[in-house]
Amino acid sequence: MIKEYRTISEVAGPLMLVQGVEGVTYDELGEIELPSGETRQCKVLEVNGTNALVQLFESAAGINLAESKVRFLGRGIELGVSEDMLGRVFDGLGRPIDGGPEIIPDARMDVNGLPINPAARDYPAEFIQTGVSAIDGLNTLVRGQKLPIFSGSGLPHAELAAQIARQAKVLGGGENFAVVFAAIGITFEEADFFVSDFKRTGAIDRTVLFTNLANDPAIERISTPRIALTAAEYLAFEKDMHVLVILTDITNYAEALREVSAARKEVPGRRGYPGYLYTDLATLYERAGRKKNHRGSITLIPILTMPEDDKTHPIPDLTGYITEGQIILSRELHRKGVVPPIDVLPSLSRLKDKGIGKGKTREDHADTMNQLFAAYSRGKQCKELMAILGEAALTDIDKLYAQFADAFENQYVSQGYETNRSIEDTLDLGWKLLDMLPRGELKRIRDEYLDKYLPCVCEVNRKE
Amino acid sequence: MNEGRIVKVSGPLVVAEGMQDADMFDVVRVGDQGLIGEIIEMRGDRASIQVYEETAGLGPGAKVVSTGVPLSVELGPGMLENIYDGIQRPLTEMLEISGPNIKRGIDLKALSRTKRWKFVPTVEAGQRVQAGDVIGTVKETVIVEIKIMVPYGIEGVVKEIESGDFTVEDVVCVVEKDDGTLADITMMQKWPVRRGRPYKEKLVPEMPLLTGQRVIDTLFPIAKGGVAAVPGPFGSGKTVVQHQLAKWADADIVVYIGCGERGNEMTDVLMEFPELKDPKSGEPLMKRTVLIANTSDMPVAAREASIYTGITIAEFYRDMGYSVALMADSTSRWAEALREMSGRLEEMPGEEGYPAYLASRLAQFYERAGRVVCLGFDGREGALSAIGAVSPPGGDISEPVSQATLRIVKVFWGLDANLAYARHFPAINWLTSYSLYIDRLSKWFADNVNKEFPELRSETMKLLQEEAELQEIVQLVGVDALSFQDQFKLEACKSIREDYLHQNAFHEIDTYASTNKQYKMLKLILEYYRQGSEAIDKGADYNKVVSMPIRETIGRFKYVEESEVDKQFEVLMEELRKGIQELISQGGEQDD
Repeated sequence: MIKEYRTISEVAGPLMLVQGVEGVTYDELGEIELPSGETRQCKVLEVNGTNALVQLFESAAGINLAESKVRFLGRGIELGVSEDMLGRVFDGLGRPIDGGPEIIPDARMDVNGLPINPAARDYPAEFIQTGVSAIDGLNTLVRGQKLPIFSGSGLPHAELAAQIARQAKVLGGGENFAVVFAAIGITFEEADFFVSDFKRTGAIDRTVLFTNLANDPAIERISTPRIALTAAEYLAFEKDMHVLVILTDITNYAEALREVSAARKEVPGRRGYPGYLYTDLATLYERAGRKKNHRGSITLIPILTMPEDDKTHPIPDLTGYITEGQIILSRELHRKGVVPPIDVLPSLSRLKDKGIGKGKTREDHADTMNQLFAAYSRGKQCKELMAILGEAALTDIDKLYAQFADAFENQYVSQGYETNRSIEDTLDLGWKLLDMLPRGELKRIRDEYLDKYLPCVCEVNRKE
Repeated sequence: MNEGRIVKVSGPLVVAEGMQDADMFDVVRVGDQGLIGEIIEMRGDRASIQVYEETAGLGPGAKVVSTGVPLSVELGPGMLENIYDGIQRPLTEMLEISGPNIKRGIDLKALSRTKRWKFVPTVEAGQRVQAGDVIGTVKETVIVEIKIMVPYGIEGVVKEIESGDFTVEDVVCVVEKDDGTLADITMMQKWPVRRGRPYKEKLVPEMPLLTGQRVIDTLFPIAKGGVAAVPGPFGSGKTVVQHQLAKWADADIVVYIGCGERGNEMTDVLMEFPELKDPKSGEPLMKRTVLIANTSDMPVAAREASIYTGITIAEFYRDMGYSVALMADSTSRWAEALREMSGRLEEMPGEEGYPAYLASRLAQFYERAGRVVCLGFDGREGALSAIGAVSPPGGDISEPVSQATLRIVKVFWGLDANLAYARHFPAINWLTSYSLYIDRLSKWFADNVNKEFPELRSETMKLLQEEAELQEIVQLVGVDALSFQDQFKLEACKSIREDYLHQNAFHEIDTYASTNKQYKMLKLILEYYRQGSEAIDKGADYNKVVSMPIRETIGRFKYVEESEVDKQFEVLMEELRKGIQELISQGGEQDD
């Protein structure tokens, strides 16, 4: 028997206080019935004696303190999941909005998920070919990794994410692949870009979309990524699919979290974000991965816009501490017309070392990768020096490095959103560029690979 | 046992009333599921409890029962090769019980109650023993023999002692105390985690903890029993440094605490360590390792406890007379857990919301490291070295956790994002890092590696410092404005940086360098600099000296196998000498 309370005593921002409650538990889901008969969801943030502090998931508009009723449902927030979710569009709380029928759930899962036992995890080691050289060659993505895209306002992160979703494949694998896409507080146009792109390429049939747009209630956003990840967990670990989850934009999520924290008058951490932002983000990101004895996997690509392009802002900073690397887009490269404008030096994939090499990509991958990084880094330094002192001040070898940096940006990184390069093409291109430098400079590459790969490249270069 | 009732639930903090009989820091069981919690504040009969498990579903009225004991760990055979959560529940066993996800209310014993260990007594009946005395040994893994010690507070005469196979709960020895009462001794002891284990005397560290990492051993060594901090922004390779130390540090036992970090990192350790061989014994590294994992998605309160659990286990091995290395990755996450609980307790915050007692708690933790004379009559020495990673927001070490840490630790390995971008790993910045153990350890290096090693070290540091100054000039006026000698100095420093300090953790040979190899490598590089610079003085052509082919060979010396090092070294030294002589003799002719 579920009790109904008409004892709402306060509504302030996203919070509501209900008095005189009994048997209410922490994190329990509640339902508010408005005088009009409309129902809205909320959850318990704190119970203190007979007072329950609840957080609304939807707008507070229309809640009348005297007339509205609250019921506590005795369970947490759950999502009804089913394989039929593929190809469908839902709102930020998991209700269908594409005009199709309700989902008949196979199972109901708690959206908060449970922490994964580290002993149950399987280390991500399968190379995913995204077809983007800057990622495949230098910041390799593997199955079960969480690799965010750090972007800025006005940078083409959506195009890059769509390209990855479209091209990503595992070599030699014809396995079940699905995309879960969660739009968190983004504009209609941006969401529409993804939807149209998925439709254009037919990927929509393999996709589950959750959309909380910019004009939807901000607090709804706190649930959206959890709901999307719950759907992903079901598809990955119950249905053995390889799921790519794209969450965009985490910045909006963190802001919604700050709103609730501020309303609770909690002691703020940096820039007003709550002190538990790290833990909260971790409970989202850490849901990605692979488990032993499960065939499926969740690969997570969160997208976030760095306020003022500042990587030390709490959102990108804490994200970087949790995720296994980051892909950083650069405004400078974007202006120079490099497409996609991936700044490879500060970008990083922590799991790449296990996903590359003989049997996975190619034996020379690790060495050439290190060499390309080192050479590009030096080339950029030389270019800076050149800007200050003029070209004449550079030694001959420094001039070569400067040329290398330019060629690297224009040929290796800039490939356009439609080019899908195989890993061999990417590696060969790397050799071709390294051939610009004298062999003695290629210290990070083992002699055997220099002997094996360099001459072939030289021949090709000479012919050209 | 007294039973209280919950009145308030707010995240991991639960307030219960009717708890007047419980003590501060007692472990309590909360709710019907018996979630594990710890009392952290008492006001009248109201206890504030931090719960080590997710509290969803708890509400007012649920019962809270005190167990009457503080949060403790079980110490005995069976800990090595194991992975525990923050409150010492074995995660592999949990996997079998609750599946791949961690469910709540699971009560698991840290040490197996059924497994039998072969106990070999080392004392006889009639012998007098005191706390800390070794009464027997158990060969726990191929490489580690653990010592069964008389628990703290027991002194008397051994009445009975048995050899044979026992479980950790079986009585292996009975001691008759001076007052005539009998004390049963089992192979397992319990110890409250928030109290350091006692020892007889603390000593000053004198020996280095060798790590096989050139930049650390040569430039910024840590002593056995010392404390070090590794702060750095994300992506600068903190975890790789920690993993490298866990792999190659010449400690007998390694305790690795993953505190609020990534789940996959622990999985990596779990999968990789059984495969890696200890350079000394040739046995898998896992056989000397204890893992504590409280990943970032696991409950935040248990994260606070995890570093205490880890250091208590480490102290236990130290008490046996072993050299123990403890890695905590990352203490910042621990501090954040402290901050979260402090916020929920509505305490007045100090800097950046951290509680005012942050610095003192950190100091208490690190001070538990050290070289000690253990309890027991044999006066054996044990050492516990602690290495804590710090994750400062935005890489800015002016924040409270970094600053509080730096006030305590003696070694600082500052990781640098710019080095990491250039893929210079380990990205330990040689200009900002320091080690206060250098003077104390110089003697050891001089006696055990080579008498000129400390000198080479100082010369290297001096060169790197001069390089930084010269680089500033180059930035302004270009490299051509420098004299040949200064240009050559830059070239030598480039070799030190790229060939010596840069070390590839993922290269099968380069990942570990013995002190002998370190010395010979450094000697070659500096010898090239010394002789080359002399040659330039004597009129040899600068460009020829710089582009000597032997430079590349020296650069590849890091890939030479340990067994070949001595031979190769002699060959290269000779080749270098000849090459330089040749250049000097050509010098005049080229001068046109």
